Amino acid sequence: MELSGGEVLIQALKEEGVEFIFGYPGGAVLHIYDALYEQNSVKHILVRHEQGATHAADGYARATGKPGVVLVTSGPGATNAVTGIATAFMDSIPMVVISGQVTSKFIGSDAFQEVDCIGITRPCVKHNFLVDSLENFAETIKKAFHVATTGRPGPVVVDIPKDFTAPGVKVPFEYPKTVNMRSYSPAEQGHPGQIRKAVDLILSAKRPMIYSGGGVVLGDAAAQLTEFTELLGYPITQTLMGLGAFPASNKQNLGMLGMHGTYEANMAMHDCDVLIAIGARFDDRVTGETSSFCPDAKIVHVDVDPASISKTVTVDVPIVGNVSSVLEAMIALIKDTKKRADPADLAEWWSIIKNWSSSDCLAYDKTSKLIKPQAVVESLWRATKGDAYVTSDVGQHQMFAAQFYGFDKPRRWINSGGLGTMGFGLPAAIGVQLAFPDETVACITGEASIQMCIQELSTCLQYGTPIKVINLNNRYMGMVRQWQEFSYEKRYSHSYMDALPDFVKLTESYGHVGMRIENPEDVDAAMEEAFAMKDRLVFMDFQTDQGENVYPMIEAGKGHHEMRLNPARELA
Amino acid sequence: MKRRHVIAVLMENESGALSRVAGLFSARGYNIESLTVAATHDPTLSRMTIVTIGTERVVEQIIKQLNKLVDVVRLTDLTEVQFIEREIMLVKVRAVEQGREELKRLNDIFRGRILDVTDSSYVIELTGDDHKLNAFLDSVGRDNIIEVVRSGATGVARGDKSLKP
Repeated sequence: MELSGGEVLIQALKEEGVEFIFGYPGGAVLHIYDALYEQNSVKHILVRHEQGATHAADGYARATGKPGVVLVTSGPGATNAVTGIATAFMDSIPMVVISGQVTSKFIGSDAFQEVDCIGITRPCVKHNFLVDSLENFAETIKKAFHVATTGRPGPVVVDIPKDFTAPGVKVPFEYPKTVNMRSYSPAEQGHPGQIRKAVDLILSAKRPMIYSGGGVVLGDAAAQLTEFTELLGYPITQTLMGLGAFPASNKQNLGMLGMHGTYEANMAMHDCDVLIAIGARFDDRVTGETSSFCPDAKIVHVDVDPASISKTVTVDVPIVGNVSSVLEAMIALIKDTKKRADPADLAEWWSIIKNWSSSDCLAYDKTSKLIKPQAVVESLWRATKGDAYVTSDVGQHQMFAAQFYGFDKPRRWINSGGLGTMGFGLPAAIGVQLAFPDETVACITGEASIQMCIQELSTCLQYGTPIKVINLNNRYMGMVRQWQEFSYEKRYSHSYMDALPDFVKLTESYGHVGMRIENPEDVDAAMEEAFAMKDRLVFMDFQTDQGENVYPMIEAGKGHHEMRLNPARELA
Repeated sequence: MKRRHVIAVLMENESGALSRVAGLFSARGYNIESLTVAATHDPTLSRMTIVTIGTERVVEQIIKQLNKLVDVVRLTDLTEVQFIEREIMLVKVRAVEQGREELKRLNDIFRGRILDVTDSSYVIELTGDDHKLNAFLDSVGRDNIIEVVRSGATGVARGDKSLKP
C-alpha cells in the first residue's frame, strides 16, 4: 500500500488504537488535516487553544492509561503546546504530540511560523524526533508511542516538516510490529536480591509507614498496593499524585502527606522507623526540609526510574522495576515467610497514630455564614457518591479537593501536581469525559485558574461534554493570598481578582447552564440540581469565604513535624 | 567531597544528541569541565568524553540522568577503573632571544612538537593528561603564552574491556 505522509500518520494512529486526536489546524499541518478529513476511525477534537489540546489529551491519558495524542501546527501551535507538554512531563503522562514544521528546505531560514520545536521542547519531553525522511516516518511514530508508554511514561514530540506530508509524495506503508532501540530498555522486574532485602527490612519494622505516589496509578498497581498494605496491616499515606491508588475509605489510610497533608500522615512519616516508598519521587512538596525528613527511618524505594532513586533523599534499599511486578514479588515473599512485624509494636504504633488522628486536622468552621470551600467539595462527594472523575486546576481549590474528596479508585483524581499548571482542569475534563461519556466528570477550579483556559467552554459545547464545573470563587488567587498572609504580613500584592466576569452570563453565552450560589444552605440543593442535568455542562459559581486557608501547612524550610494547624479547629 | 570524574558515553550518532547532553548539564546545574565528541569506527555511534567535578551524589545523578537520555546507548565512569586520559593542546608562545632555546628545551622535556616557527613565536603541540598540560603551561609562564587551544579530555579504559552497544 502506497501512502502519503499525512495518510501514513492516520494509518499509524489507527494501528496504535488511537480514538481521539486533540488538535488545532494551521499551515504546516494542512496536508495532515486533509488526510484526517477523509476518514472516520480517528476522531479529531478541535480545541480553542493548543494548550487546551495538550491538557485534554493529558486528561484522557490519566483517566484511561492510554497515550493522549495531540496535533498542532508549527510556530505558535508548537509553543502554545509547550505548557501542556511540560505538564505531562512533570507528571510522567504518556502523550504523543505531532507538530507540523515548515517545509524542510526552509528549516533554519526564519520562515513564517518557524520555531525550533525540537529545541524548545527538549527539556520537557521524554524524547523528541525530527522526521528527516518520509521513508522512516511510520517507524518514528511507532518509536514515539513505544517510548511514551513504556518505563516511566512521558510525552514524546514528533516534528514533521510539511513537505513530508504532501499528498503527491507516497511511500510504501507497513507499520512495524516491534521496536528495536538499542539505546532504550526500561527496567521491568526488580532485582530479586534487593526485593528479599526489602522484605526483611519491612518485616522487622516497629513503626512502619508506606508512602505511595503517582507511579502506582501510572503503573496500574492499585490492586497490588492494596493487597500489600492490607497483608501487612501497616499505615499508608499517598502523595497528591497517588490519591486513589489505595482506597481513601480504608481504615489503614492516613490520607495525603506533605505540605498540605494530614497531621497524622506527616507525623507518622517523621516518627517511622521503616519507610516503604512506592512509585513516589520524594518531591520537595512531600519531603519538606530534607535534612529533617524521616530522621529515624531506613528507607525502601521502589521506582521504575533509576534516576528517581536517591535523587533528593538517600535511600537504603533501592529497587528499580515496574511497581506492579515488584509489589507482586514482595507479596509472594511475605506470604511465604512466617516472619511478621511484632504485633505488640505494631499495635503501639497504631495507637500513637490514632492519637494524632484525633486532632481532626481537617476540621473547619461549619457554622460560618459564608460558603466554605471544604463544604462544597464534601457536598460534591455526596452528590456524586464519591465516584466521579474529578479534575482540578492549581491552588487552594486543588488542595481542598485532594483533602476532602476521598478517592477510592485510581485514575479518578486528575490534576497537575508536578508543574502546577493553572488552566489544566477544564480541558483535562474534556479528555476524561470523551473517554468515558457515561461517567460523571467534575472540574474543581477557582476563578483565577478557570480563566486561563476558559475558551474551552466552546469545545465543550461542540462535543457535548456535560462536565460540571465547580468554581470555588473567593475573588483571590487563594494560594497566593494565603502565602502573602503567612509570609508577607498580609501584603496582598496583585492576588486580588478584580474585574471578574459574570460567570453565569459567560457560561450561558457559551451555550451552557450557569449557576451562582451564595449561601451555605443552598450548596447541597444546587449540587443536586446541577448533577440532575446529565447532558448539560453546568458551571457552578460558588461565592466562597475569602479568608479561608488550607490547613495543615508545612511552611518552607520546615519538617513534617512542624505543621501549622487550622486555628478554627476548636470551633468545629 | 568533590572529585573530578571522566565519563565516557556511547550514543546514537544523530542530530541533536549533543544538545541533549549539553542541555541536561545546564538544566540541572551540573558542572562541565570539558566535553569532546566524534563518531566512532561504527558511524551510527558517537563517543563522548565528559569531564565533570562533583560530589559522589551529584555524579551518581549525572550518570543516571545521562543513562535516561533515549539517545544514550551505554556509558561508564572511567575514574572508577584504570584508564588512560589524553588531551591535545596547541600553544602559541612568544619565543624571542634566549627564550627560544629555553622553550625548545621545555618542549623536549614535555615531549611536545614544534609545529610552526616564526621570528617571535612557536606553535607547540602537546598531548597528555590534564596535569601534564597544566604543568607545561605553568612552566612556560603566563606572560609568554599568546594562545592556548585544548581539545578537552578523551579517555579509554585499560585492559580488554570496552564500551560496546
